[in-house]
Amino acid sequence: MEKQVILNEKRIELTLNRLCYQLIENHNDFSNTVLIGLQPRGIHLLNRLKSRLEEILGAPVVCGNLDITFFRDDFRRRENPIIPSATNIDFIIENKKVVLVDDVLFTGRTIRSGIDALMAFGRPKSVELVTFIDRRFKRDLPIQADYVGKIIDTIASERVSVEWKEIEGEDKVVLYTPDHNG
Amino acid sequence: MDNLSVEHLTGIKDLTEKDIQLIFQTADSFKEVINRPIKKVPSLRDITIANLFFENSTRTRLSFELAQKRLSADVINFSASSSSVTKGETLVDTVNNILAMKVDMVVMRHPNPGAALFLSKKVKAKIVNAGDGTHEHPTQALLDAFSIREKYGDVAGKKVVIIGDILHSRVALSNIYCLQKLGAEVMVCGPTTLIPKFIHELGVKVEHNLRKALEWCDVANMLRIQLERQDIKFFPSLREYSMQFGLNKEILDSLDKEIIVMHPGPINRGVEITSDVADSKQSIILDQVENGVAIRMAVIYLLAGKITH
Repeated sequence: MEKQVILNEKRIELTLNRLCYQLIENHNDFSNTVLIGLQPRGIHLLNRLKSRLEEILGAPVVCGNLDITFFRDDFRRRENPIIPSATNIDFIIENKKVVLVDDVLFTGRTIRSGIDALMAFGRPKSVELVTFIDRRFKRDLPIQADYVGKIIDTIASERVSVEWKEIEGEDKVVLYTPDHNG
Repeated sequence: MDNLSVEHLTGIKDLTEKDIQLIFQTADSFKEVINRPIKKVPSLRDITIANLFFENSTRTRLSFELAQKRLSADVINFSASSSSVTKGETLVDTVNNILAMKVDMVVMRHPNPGAALFLSKKVKAKIVNAGDGTHEHPTQALLDAFSIREKYGDVAGKKVVIIGDILHSRVALSNIYCLQKLGAEVMVCGPTTLIPKFIHELGVKVEHNLRKALEWCDVANMLRIQLERQDIKFFPSLREYSMQFGLNKEILDSLDKEIIVMHPGPINRGVEITSDVADSKQSIILDQVENGVAIRMAVIYLLAGKITH
């Protein structure tokens, strides 16, 4: 497995900042907007965005976590069961502008499940998507992100991992490429 | 995380501790789902489940059906009294006829011990045992242990006494297996005639004095006297049983600690448990019912994950 760092700590910091200002452009003071992170990996990005946004705005931003396990379309197409994580949405999303947060946008299937899962909580006014990494050219569904940290071109066998200081010990985005067998 | 180690849920005896923890972890998520405004998830929308009840049931049957519907599975129901079983059809024939209609999973309650295991070897569908005679009632034991875990945070190290008609109880046997696998200590308590002779070989304590049993335990699981399974008299009268082994407020309040009281239902108020105890804040009987739906959702969800179309 070949390993290549695409974004380092400094670039991640800058990217987070830019995403926050883009969000503020469209959502002003976030009084009618909620951020919802998709479990399991989206919530780390959500936490970063939340603290940065609150720093800039000086006011709390309403956030929740959404688990999409039971809404996936690859149930029974996998070897092992997907272990669900916690959903934590203790506010009403009816008529709210919802921003879904996930770290990597790839096939779009996770986001499709996320939108379905979200609708079980009510009828939001609108739904947008923030993604840190957009892996272009491998979309199975007509889904695009509204706010993108970085677009990268990859092939299906490669893997992109967004790593965070709180979890992996360092902020970085890594691209893993399988070795070529002669 | 690994999948369940079993293909069917015929009894707790076949499960590993890891299996039980996996079911609990999944049930935690489902408990959150069933407390949402929209209590339904689409996971099992391409699965059909048949509920075959060859014996009466209210709670278990409703609980299973609700669990299946919350998972968006298609459900068909069958009860022996209104079926061709009375015309002499065998169990395997009945089930194979139902499976010919493209059913993926069978939830069955049957008066004969081992019926679920027998069926799992004969037919091509996932089998969930919803009680087989006096043998096992695995989902009840899982929801009981899940309720204890919810109340105390963990089952390991807890002392649980099962009181009443142990001899005829499938709930007792499944509970013993389940609690022991999770590291709890188990005691059974009841009249000598209603305690199976070799039950101590399962590693459970045996006590015939209700007060001593209650003083020892953290949790008391009260069982109903199953008169419908008793072919001979096991004790002189229900009144005498109730005086010796019935749980009342007086004895509960006289203990120097607050134990929790469970009951798998149906309750015979005034026999094994008095009304004031059943409705007291120490009783988690209705929590058990709520958890039952989450546990059954978890079991069905995990077994359905093993179906290959």
